Amino acid sequence: MDRSLYGYMLVMAGVTYLIRVLPLTLIRKEIKNPFIRSFLNYVPYVTLSAMTFPAILTATGNVYSGLAALLIALFLAVRGKGLITVAIGACAVVFIVELITKGFL
Amino acid sequence: MNSREFREGLKDGIPICLGYLAVSFAFGIQALKAGIGVFDATLISLTNVTSAGQFAGLGVIASSGSYGEMAMVQSIINLRYALMSAAVSQKLTGVSIPKRLLMAHGMTDEIFGISIARKQLSPFYTYGAMLISIFGWVFGTFLGASAGQILPERLINALGVALYGMFIAIVVPVAKQNRKILISSLLACALSAVCAVTPVLKDISGGLRIILVTVLVAGGAAALFPFSAETEG
Repeated sequence: MDRSLYGYMLVMAGVTYLIRVLPLTLIRKEIKNPFIRSFLNYVPYVTLSAMTFPAILTATGNVYSGLAALLIALFLAVRGKGLITVAIGACAVVFIVELITKGFL
Repeated sequence: MNSREFREGLKDGIPICLGYLAVSFAFGIQALKAGIGVFDATLISLTNVTSAGQFAGLGVIASSGSYGEMAMVQSIINLRYALMSAAVSQKLTGVSIPKRLLMAHGMTDEIFGISIARKQLSPFYTYGAMLISIFGWVFGTFLGASAGQILPERLINALGVALYGMFIAIVVPVAKQNRKILISSLLACALSAVCAVTPVLKDISGGLRIILVTVLVAGGAAALFPFSAETEG
């Protein structure tokens, strides 16, 4: 192997850190442009939504437990429950559904 | 004040830590399969703290790709962090450069998610979340790489949705209050689902898909329905 593992690791870590650190240190003034401001305001919710769906459906052993996790998490979040409660609720329902469906799937 | 923020970050980081344990456990197993030892796999997790980026990196290493290819793959998959960093930077008026340098290392989807949800963001909140989350990420990698099958598969499956549950808990309260956020979030889900099942589109990497959906939906929404968090928050 002509390229070393540590060379790869250096490139991976270096590039990733640069991507994160440059905007955080260079864009320090308040952005005035209304389009960019709106864009940045939308980014978190749009990104988190795109990452959750449809990925949650295939994140578990079968699509039923994934769907159950999605529904329970939505239900708990709409009811105003906090991060930990929603996350644990989703995990618990996956565990239970997979326990039930194990026999006949 | 700082220690209170730090403790809150630690607390909110617990579900992130659980989710990371599961995902990085899988990464550890995968790294072992790619011929990377326990120490090196753990070191990769500590120095990168990315999920999609690290998995893709394993692929480049396994196929003996060039350093240029590695740099390209990492840039594309992790580009979303630049958007997130830019968004977080807007909440850090008066925060010093060294603090920003430290925060940058923890700019993951999840830590970003809980940080940006703060009305007022203190770097110490993010440090708290980083400490427990990165611990989970690194420790999970170590466990996965060293012990393979410590946990039963069903438990790994269950822990895997902790992250998604958390994302939902972040988006829903805001979407309930704000119709623009609600519609753009639903649109993002729909577009992401379309990308996941459409031929050709479904072959693009998960990281690239997120960028595509984010730029299209957030860009379109910002152009058509401009809004500022301050006046409509």
